[in-house]
Amino acid sequence: MNIKKNIALSDSGFVFDPSSGDSFSTNPIGLEIIKLLQNGKSADDIKKHITGAYMTDGDSFEKDFYDFVNMLQKLKIADGAEKK
Amino acid sequence: MPGSKIIFNGPDKTETDLKLAIENNSLIHIDHLDELYLIKELAVEMNKKPRVAIRVNMDTGVYPIWDRFGFNYENGQAWDAINKIMLNDKMELVGLHSHIGTFMLSPNAYGIAASKLSDLALGIKKKYKKNIQYLDLGGGFASKNTLKGSYLQGVDTSPTFDQYAEAISTAILNAGFVEDELPLLLLESGRSLIDEAGSLLGTVISNKRLSDGRRATIMDFGVNILFTSFWYDHKISPAQDFSQYTEDAVLYGPLCMNIDVIRENVTLPPLKRDDHVVVHTVGAYNMTQWMQFIAMRPAVVMIDMNEKAHVIRNRETLDSIESAEVMPEYLKKFKL
Amino acid sequence: MKKKKFTIAVTGLNAIDSPGPGVPVIRALRESKHFDVRIIGLSYEALEPGIYMHDLVDKTYQIPFPSSGIDSLLTRLKYINDIEKIDLIIPNFDAELFSFIKLVDTLEKKMKIKVFVPTIEQFEERHKVNLEAFGKKHKIKVPYSRTIFSTAEIPALKDQFTYPLVVKGKFYDASVAYTPEQAANYFNKITAKWGLPIIIQQFVHGQEVNVTAIGDGNGNTIGAVPMRKTYITDKGKAWAGISIADDKLMSMTKKMIKSSKWRGGLELEIIKTAEEDYYLLEINPRFPAWVYLAVGCGQNHPEALVRMAMGEEVKPFKKYDIGKMFIRYAYDMIVELKEFEKISTLGEL
Ligand SMILES: Cc1ncc(COP(=O)(O)O)c(C=O)c1O
Repeated sequence: MNIKKNIALSDSGFVFDPSSGDSFSTNPIGLEIIKLLQNGKSADDIKKHITGAYMTDGDSFEKDFYDFVNMLQKLKIADGAEKK
Repeated sequence: MPGSKIIFNGPDKTETDLKLAIENNSLIHIDHLDELYLIKELAVEMNKKPRVAIRVNMDTGVYPIWDRFGFNYENGQAWDAINKIMLNDKMELVGLHSHIGTFMLSPNAYGIAASKLSDLALGIKKKYKKNIQYLDLGGGFASKNTLKGSYLQGVDTSPTFDQYAEAISTAILNAGFVEDELPLLLLESGRSLIDEAGSLLGTVISNKRLSDGRRATIMDFGVNILFTSFWYDHKISPAQDFSQYTEDAVLYGPLCMNIDVIRENVTLPPLKRDDHVVVHTVGAYNMTQWMQFIAMRPAVVMIDMNEKAHVIRNRETLDSIESAEVMPEYLKKFKL
Repeated sequence: MKKKKFTIAVTGLNAIDSPGPGVPVIRALRESKHFDVRIIGLSYEALEPGIYMHDLVDKTYQIPFPSSGIDSLLTRLKYINDIEKIDLIIPNFDAELFSFIKLVDTLEKKMKIKVFVPTIEQFEERHKVNLEAFGKKHKIKVPYSRTIFSTAEIPALKDQFTYPLVVKGKFYDASVAYTPEQAANYFNKITAKWGLPIIIQQFVHGQEVNVTAIGDGNGNTIGAVPMRKTYITDKGKAWAGISIADDKLMSMTKKMIKSSKWRGGLELEIIKTAEEDYYLLEINPRFPAWVYLAVGCGQNHPEALVRMAMGEEVKPFKKYDIGKMFIRYAYDMIVELKEFEKISTLGEL
């Protein structure tokens, strides 16, 4: 799963998609995850990083991550669902 | 409670009920002519003089008019019923009653109701030289809940009791009663008395994304327990620490039907499975209307003035349901 | 003499195709000869144009929608006031007025912020649902109207009304129905948007005229300028209008302000029939979006409001220019995304 090219992020959590003109806002963790995805990190890398840095277990992270990525896809910030 | 302190009201009063009420000298609020004639018969039969009032319905400027209960003021039905009682002498007319609706947001409507009842009372005084002992203006006062479809919050818009009191007392004081013949004022406030006293504690079962991207949170209580979510946008707050970030969500109950919606749209911090929430202002018309469906009904706990908790109704068990059931003989032998 | 400077917070920055009055009110204040202003915009949505008009608005803060309740509004206003030390708030939306009126005491006594608005009684009695009673009380003609709750009540309307009649929503929207079928159709459309009840009003043939006015709360009309719309948009809003001379209309306005002791700005919507009868259709409890025409005609109503709020005695305006026109225009501002980002994420700009 890839974050679309040239999605712009700012420290306030403002996410801007230049190709559609849409903008959204996210909380600091959301921002961190988008940045990690932008840097090409895999879901496993991100899980390791987040569960290491914050008080959360792997399963909780997975649920929230799955939900968040779904949102990113729905909002067309990330590529569509993985192809089989 | 002594029977003489009970007001017996409603359209469905059986002959047995009425006999019991007359026997115990209860106040009977008459709803329709069939009832009036039945009481007359019973009075003769029992050789007693029942104490009665009539229920009056009227145009108070709030619609629809609840004209299915009692006798209408504007078309003369009420005055007619009064005359039937006064001329017959088998019953004693002690009061006049109205209950103009429920969740009435207009204090002025009570002012109008009080004027119209006063007008009838003064008419009785003039024609029969009899003082009516009390005016019973019923209930219907709004609580602080927010009705569905209303743009502003109930806490901000529902009238205060001072406003209701001002409207009612001004109307009665200006009606023209001689000072020492002022009738007693009775109120039957239900919802407004009890709604804010009750809260429902619930737990998150799960979160979902709906196909249109909206967040949905499924709670362990639904319209089976929170019947009033059909009428109100109940205030709901998380019962543990939460972050400042929020998201719009739909709140669903746990039932197997699509109508089981607690809030169509509510802004809450994201909740996790097992998180707790408080639903505020649920004291009225829930425990009286909740239904046994799919899930067992929860325990009810009262917190006293010293913050001590008492269980006042136990959580339902399978036995609560089965104890009222009867198995036909021929099925008892049925082998699964 | 150096002019005093007031910090004034203004809502209604939505200068869009169905515009709020905030921007014209601010223009009027900036032209005051009596005082200077620092303008604090209060916005609900990040795309309200006034937020980005930096020559008019010094700083904008988002405030919560009226539907989220008075408490959250007060919390936000406290935060803003701690930073800005507001002298006066001018609310400009019907839907928010209720909350501000309820907060008058707290704002004035605890936070030293003046608010010059109608009383809650004035605000309620002029409500569409109550307008007929209002007309009776103040002896002003109001088209016969009734409140209905179901389409089942429509067939019987023919006994009390003659078609066409106007089907109105509780807060907004009005459509003229020529048949019971149309009335039922509009009933359904409007209830879907604004809920119950629906107000049925007798349609009155004639010319619509409007008045923007301001009352001092003691029964005096401080200013009033009547206008006829000369061009309307497809949303029924004035695009162009002209100030007119109409003594009957002026005396009706003064009578209404006198007997209701109206406090603050207001707009009257009136129908003048061929027989020169005047029927009051609606009272909007705030300045209209075309209030700047009054300034153009020599009556700065927003300025008068500020002076009265600050406790000055303001003499009523004696005259206004007749035959002055306003013509509204659209104007595209160029805005940096950074600015939009700031107001959307931080709620301040
Ligand atoms: C006769 C009568 N009195 C009082 C009440 C209590 O009404 P509320 O809960 O609206 O105050 C009711 C409720 O149905 C009623 O029927």
